[in-house]
Amino acid sequence: MSPVVSAKDLGLVFQTNDGPVHALSEVNLDINQGDFVSFIGPSGCGKTTFLRVIADLEQPTEGTISVNGMTPHEARLSRAYGYVFQASALLPWRRIDQNVALPLEITGTPRAQINERVKQVLDLVDLSGFEKKHPWQLSGGMQQRVSIARALAFEASLLLMDEPFGALDEIVRDHLNAQLLDLWKRTEKTICFVTHSIPEAVYLSTRIVVMSPRPGRVIDVIESTLPRDRPLEIRESAAFLTIAHRVREGLRAGHSYEE
Amino acid sequence: MTAWWRTNKLIPILTVVAAILLFWYAMAVVMNSPWQIRLNERAGAEVGFTEFVLQTYDQAKPVLPVPHQILAVIWDATVNTDINSPRSLAYHALVTLSATLWGFAFGTVLGILLAVAIIHNDASDRSLMPWIIASQTVPILAIAPMIVVGLAAFSITGLVPKAIISMYLSFFPVVVGMVKGLRAPDRLELDLMRTYNASAFQVFTKLRWPSAMPFLFASMRVGIAISLIGAVVGELSNAAGGGLGVRLLTGSYNGQTIQIWAALLLAAALAATLVGLVGVVERLVARQMGART
Repeated sequence: MSPVVSAKDLGLVFQTNDGPVHALSEVNLDINQGDFVSFIGPSGCGKTTFLRVIADLEQPTEGTISVNGMTPHEARLSRAYGYVFQASALLPWRRIDQNVALPLEITGTPRAQINERVKQVLDLVDLSGFEKKHPWQLSGGMQQRVSIARALAFEASLLLMDEPFGALDEIVRDHLNAQLLDLWKRTEKTICFVTHSIPEAVYLSTRIVVMSPRPGRVIDVIESTLPRDRPLEIRESAAFLTIAHRVREGLRAGHSYEE
Repeated sequence: MTAWWRTNKLIPILTVVAAILLFWYAMAVVMNSPWQIRLNERAGAEVGFTEFVLQTYDQAKPVLPVPHQILAVIWDATVNTDINSPRSLAYHALVTLSATLWGFAFGTVLGILLAVAIIHNDASDRSLMPWIIASQTVPILAIAPMIVVGLAAFSITGLVPKAIISMYLSFFPVVVGMVKGLRAPDRLELDLMRTYNASAFQVFTKLRWPSAMPFLFASMRVGIAISLIGAVVGELSNAAGGGLGVRLLTGSYNGQTIQIWAALLLAAALAATLVGLVGVVERLVARQMGART
């Protein structure tokens, strides 16, 4: 089976007023169907940039990348992925159901089909009954769940998530992590997940990509030994701590040359 | 619990109104007294203070008329006068109002169209914006007569030139506000639309236009007030068609200060009402768009 995302010698240089910034350098990575891949690293390590390259929101300056066997541009035109941003980016003048319906309205989906799909994905994120609310009436965690539902609306097999729970408190985050795992198991999506929380990365992922900054590069790819069924308590198991330790070591190694 | 006199807004408002009225009535005595003293000298009348003050409030052409004189004239020229009579202030107010509303409507549409052109095209941003700003640096008092006279050469008189002057003034705040408003969506929201592969038209209707609504209404509040000024200035250049501006003009020709103030107060009340109406529509739209209530 060919990988969903395949990057070869990928590099991206931003031209800024302070000279070129190497956001990504020599990134080689394959992401397989059904993987839950976390990208972890300090700010400026290019993890968000890599996600944006997959989404065709940034153009690489070196190397090649394919998404579903296509260029990212073709993949975007065929709506191959759903994207969840750091902030929920819900449109305040649209009700919850209308916000989730937005991508489907843009593709010109028939109304009956939209209604059915909206109901389905809101159910998937456990928000049935909130259809007629406006975003400000929901908590931050609920808003982010709506934005996940919106990203699922397309039925794309690839879900790109850029620190979706970064702005939420830890209690809500734990809850949403468990919910996301559940959703991932049920929908069998491929998920790329950017985070800077080590426990979050270890708890969620089948693979963890550790990155270092300036230039942004991959320094370690860790295959998780945890089973797919993960209760929250698994975070106290020895296997969990071993992986977390390796992630921490990787992050430390990536930082060492700076000091 | 906060005491009622701290939360109630009526008392501070009434205090300010009372202070203004007190100052007004005091100034009327000061400004009208030289003429009253001469009148009394000529008549050889010796009057007491109270009677003198009342005399200064009862001149036919006072330097500063007092509020009750002005309100009496407004009452007389609206309620007690046939609306079709050229002496009716209501008639003149309606003439001004129609020019204001037409100018405002076209100005708003023009402003929105220019803003749309500007945000979608960098060339039009650079080519249009300087001219739009330049258009507002020229005094309207200088342009208004040229528009009135110029259009009269093509036998276009009455409502149209006034509405054009109103439009000339009111499109500006709408352009400036809408350029800002249509650019209000942040990077995140634009990226989101890009991941959906939305067309420019879809981005406009589903994101930019709704985002711009608060800016549009802020601009329209300014726009409608200066539309009224435009209509009045247009009327100053052509006394034939009537309107509050004409009442101002004929009042000043004849030294009818009360008439001037009556037209002035009516214009101000009209402007306040129009701005208030825009505010009402704004609240209705905001409620429709699910704003916090």
